[in-house]
Amino acid sequence: MIWDWDYFWEALPIVVGDGLWITFQVTLLGSIVAYLLGMVLALLRRSRIRVVSTVTWAFIEFIRSTPLLVQLFFLFFVFPDFGLKFGPVTTGVIALGLHYSTYAAEVYRAGIEAVPVGQWEAATALSLPRARTWRAVILPQAIPRVLPALGNYTISMVKETPLLLTIGVTDIAGAAFQEASSTYRYVEPITIAGLLFLVLSYSASLLVRWLERRVGTLH
Amino acid sequence: MIRFEDVAKRFGDHVVLDGLNFTVAPGEFVTLIGPSGSGKTTILRLLMTLEQVTSGTIHVDGECLTHVRRGDRLVPADEKHQQQVRKRIGMVFQQFNLFPNMKVLQNLTEAPIRSLGLSRAEAEARAHELLDLVGLSDKVHAHPTQLSGGQQQRVAIARALAMRPDVLLLDEVTSALDPELVAGVLRLLKDIAETTEITFLCVTHEMGFARDVSDRVLMFDHGHIVEDASPDKLFSEPDHERTREFLSAVLERG
Repeated sequence: MIWDWDYFWEALPIVVGDGLWITFQVTLLGSIVAYLLGMVLALLRRSRIRVVSTVTWAFIEFIRSTPLLVQLFFLFFVFPDFGLKFGPVTTGVIALGLHYSTYAAEVYRAGIEAVPVGQWEAATALSLPRARTWRAVILPQAIPRVLPALGNYTISMVKETPLLLTIGVTDIAGAAFQEASSTYRYVEPITIAGLLFLVLSYSASLLVRWLERRVGTLH
Repeated sequence: MIRFEDVAKRFGDHVVLDGLNFTVAPGEFVTLIGPSGSGKTTILRLLMTLEQVTSGTIHVDGECLTHVRRGDRLVPADEKHQQQVRKRIGMVFQQFNLFPNMKVLQNLTEAPIRSLGLSRAEAEARAHELLDLVGLSDKVHAHPTQLSGGQQQRVAIARALAMRPDVLLLDEVTSALDPELVAGVLRLLKDIAETTEITFLCVTHEMGFARDVSDRVLMFDHGHIVEDASPDKLFSEPDHERTREFLSAVLERG
């Protein structure tokens, strides 16, 4: 018999205990970095100062056009040569956050452009300061609409965390692999890893769908 | 109060205004009429700095809106200068453009607090007063989307007045309204025009209203003023054939 239920139940708490928390933590922190940095990038991209917007554009294109794995290696193995050294988990959070911030920036851009031009004109007619126009008028209308799209990137991010295995971070996949290596039984631990990702991604997508419905009823 | 001197506005090759000169005296109610595409709305948008002149200058109460003096040359005014001058100008839009993420009260208090530096209490007192004026005291805590078009436009008018403007620009403010709501908004505007010192510049297709409230009516065609006269004169015995054509076309439809 290939499948052993006893071993399944034995391995489950180990994989969950060693890996689930890390996957959850890295995804959550990575998303926060991506959402905040993405907003900064989106605003810089719209800067009226030509140099700023061009450099931001180039940075976004560069990050989007290179693989996350290479960026991860760069941060973990190359940056220490320049005196920038972080732990594996921190590096993972930075890499995921940075990578996805460029996608988030595009999402914010679309959301900002979807705000009717009349809103800008009304703000001008009322002499609202520019910073205040962003904060009180434009972003409160743009952000709710893009939350579902941002949520989808978080779901992608969950599924990218196994990449962190390459720099020694034990996520769900890493924990499953470790467990399997120690017993030479692969079927159950790897299946567990798959199931855990399914549960995480699916519950996240339910959350996103709920958000979509909420946003649909806004305003 | 308002002085256009030799103003031209082009969008690419398309000439909207060319060599335009006119003045509006303080407290005057001036209505701009004419076929669509004749440049009326562009004039309001230039005053509100939503568009920039291609050439020429605009003065508001003696201050130049479009240019600043640097040494002995006039250079196009920067954002900061325009911000100063346009604080005295308010605008009501065809599409209302209320902020949908704010309640009615905050729509009215936001700019007075952030732009004029009023305290929240002062701004709210002013907002309540104005909502009372426009007959919407009971909608203080409503969201704009819960209001009818006519109500939204009344809020938009109150919002513009909350800035205590010297000049109020009305850009086809009833064109997006259901016909039954038009009269109420126009009556409100007439009240405001008669009881305040505000200078009005109004673009409208409501000829009855234009005749009723205006001190002067300017007839536009292809970016030029065809005729500049009192409403009685312009509507009953216009000097120009083009004005007659336009009026008969508009009045026939109405």
